[in-house]
Amino acid sequence: MADFEVPELKEYPIIPKLKEGVMAHSKPFVAAGKFQTPLGYPEELIDNWKEVAIDKMGELLGKFRSLQVFLDACVHCGACTDKCHYYLGTSDANNMPVARQELLRKVYRRYFTFAGKYFPKLVGAADLTEDVLDEWYSYFHQCSQCRRCSVFCPYGIDTAEISMAAREIMDAVGKGQKYCNEIIGKVYVIGNNLGLPEPALKDTLEGLEEEVEEDTGVKVRYPLDEKGAEILLVTPSADFFAEPHVDGLIGYGKVFHEAGVSWTMSSKASEAANFGMFIGSYENMRKIALRIREAALELGVKRIVFGECGHAWRVAYSFLNTLAGPFDFLDPRYPVPQHICEFTYNLIQEGKLRFNKEENDHMKLTFHDSCNVARASRMGNMEGGPFIIPREVIKATCNYFYDMPQDTIGEATFCCGGGGGLLTDDLMELRVKGSQPRMEALKRVTEDYGVTNLAAICAICKSQFSKVLPYYGFTMDQIVSVHQLVSNAIVMKGSEQEAELAGETE
Amino acid sequence: MSLVTALYTGLFYVATVILIVGLALRIRKYAQTPAPLKIPTMPAPLTETGVAMRMAREVVFFESLFKSNKWIWIFGYLFHFGMLLVLLRHLRYFTEPVWFWVNWIQPFGKYAAFAMLAGLLGLWARRFLVDRVRYISTPSDHLMLALLVGIVMSGLGMGYLVHTDIVAVKAFFLGLMRFSPQPLPADPLLLVHLGLVALLMIVFPISKLLHAPGVFFSPTRNQVDNARERRHLAPWAEQLEAGER
Repeated sequence: MADFEVPELKEYPIIPKLKEGVMAHSKPFVAAGKFQTPLGYPEELIDNWKEVAIDKMGELLGKFRSLQVFLDACVHCGACTDKCHYYLGTSDANNMPVARQELLRKVYRRYFTFAGKYFPKLVGAADLTEDVLDEWYSYFHQCSQCRRCSVFCPYGIDTAEISMAAREIMDAVGKGQKYCNEIIGKVYVIGNNLGLPEPALKDTLEGLEEEVEEDTGVKVRYPLDEKGAEILLVTPSADFFAEPHVDGLIGYGKVFHEAGVSWTMSSKASEAANFGMFIGSYENMRKIALRIREAALELGVKRIVFGECGHAWRVAYSFLNTLAGPFDFLDPRYPVPQHICEFTYNLIQEGKLRFNKEENDHMKLTFHDSCNVARASRMGNMEGGPFIIPREVIKATCNYFYDMPQDTIGEATFCCGGGGGLLTDDLMELRVKGSQPRMEALKRVTEDYGVTNLAAICAICKSQFSKVLPYYGFTMDQIVSVHQLVSNAIVMKGSEQEAELAGETE
Repeated sequence: MSLVTALYTGLFYVATVILIVGLALRIRKYAQTPAPLKIPTMPAPLTETGVAMRMAREVVFFESLFKSNKWIWIFGYLFHFGMLLVLLRHLRYFTEPVWFWVNWIQPFGKYAAFAMLAGLLGLWARRFLVDRVRYISTPSDHLMLALLVGIVMSGLGMGYLVHTDIVAVKAFFLGLMRFSPQPLPADPLLLVHLGLVALLMIVFPISKLLHAPGVFFSPTRNQVDNARERRHLAPWAEQLEAGER
């Protein structure tokens, strides 16, 4: 199946001994010129790339405190070295967070610090050469920007910030990643990552309406571009057609229907995801986010709700107000934006939704905390909301739920291995190896509790797991959406399911 | 004035200026560099008080390090806490009359030096014994540990093996502070101890010891989680917006 070795899933996790350069061959396709220009970058590596790169580094150091502090504060204690899923899965020394940061830090020291300028060998400073640039391109595309390292660093140094800065520098000199940059281009032209035009979206949604009516007897609507709706749902474009994502979308619609709220999606803002964040480009991230503001204004909605998407929720929760705010034209009674899980959870707490948990009895569930949701966002009004709320939704809709080992969930959750702009076939070896720690934890609960399915609320996680589960002896249909569970179990008013249950109790 | 006294007087004035000015410049840089996005490592406190508590837990208990690796935590904590007590005890050489609580911690300060040494040697051992830490250790990492171990051992040497004239030492330092230089005893162990301390002061602002002021400016630890409630906008981001209107 693979021309690389799939890591073994062990009884207990072990920290592998490091190997040098074993993943140095891994790198994604470089973006062609036509994918660079729409984002404002040079078409290919420019002649004076070295000077421009160093200048760009200086510029970023002046604009981002995180970069400046993190490059200075590391003491090489090694606390982070066994925390990255890519290190655990590949053993490559440069996948230790500190070593990955050092690829950039050594250049920072050389050109921006006293010690690096005058005593480079002493402090591990190095010149920026073409070899170093290649190293950056390879290893900063072996970081999914999941922030796990920042939980465990005494100073909170976040390799994601370094990775974003490195990619922005590389883009600035013309060495961009095809996957991310091509996708961002599609958002600008068509409105979503997958390049699905409005007629295709409309068609898909009509198909869903038919399907749901057939299944439930209820006319649940999945509106597009409807002016005056109360809620604008912004969801990852994968939700429109991929499995198991689309089952989640079906679930959102049913929840909105039962809540009695009018809602719509937008073909202009038909993408929750924001790959501008992955490439560390404030400008591109903002440009993408502004589409949501524009759509909300054009459609005259009063609330914005995001669907199940991991990094999209990070951008939505943590950055939307900054990038595209202020949202004073929306209903101030509701947070801007909300997560669909928050929406559903509130309804559950108010007793407004009815579920028949038996509909999910064929599954024993566990929940995968997606990295960006776990470590870069909140839900509800309490710390740790993203750990509690989705699990409560699952428990409200399923009888059987078991958590994976504590040190693999919550704030310590392992990234699925496909985040941060790495969900591309040219990085398959990395993706498979990087998912090893999560797969190991999953195996644990399948053996201990008979868990059959993994639920997630992130489009990238769902796609990544569909791809990598088979490498580890699982099947691709074992990954499910949380709102798929909701959709299975929900008993809508006037539905066939309601009638059936009423009939049973007679 | 002897050569030794002249040299060390000059050395400490220079070292003090470099330390204070160097740190001030770095702290100013950290303070003036904007943090344009809300990026606290979640779960994060929802209030400023919560952030103060989080920062306090990090600095006082090394919370994240404890979660991360118990070995580094125990050695790192022994070293830092030991160093705190040692430094506080040393205040007796810079204050007259000596503050009452500095008197109280005299015995603790002396034993703390052993804890400090144990911590340093443990951390140094990891840089040889653990492959991952060995890989990331630069010459400066080893040298920094050597410097600190040298300071502790020369200090312990004076405390337990070859006593020096601490009355004269105190007079020397009070003299520096009052700009009235006093003679410094030319005891070798003392000169090593003081020389290494001056070196530490000089390299502080150009080394990884900047983690000390740095931690307070780390956006992943010092930001409040209130992105939805309050709009967070850096001056340059505001300019970017204004430029488009």
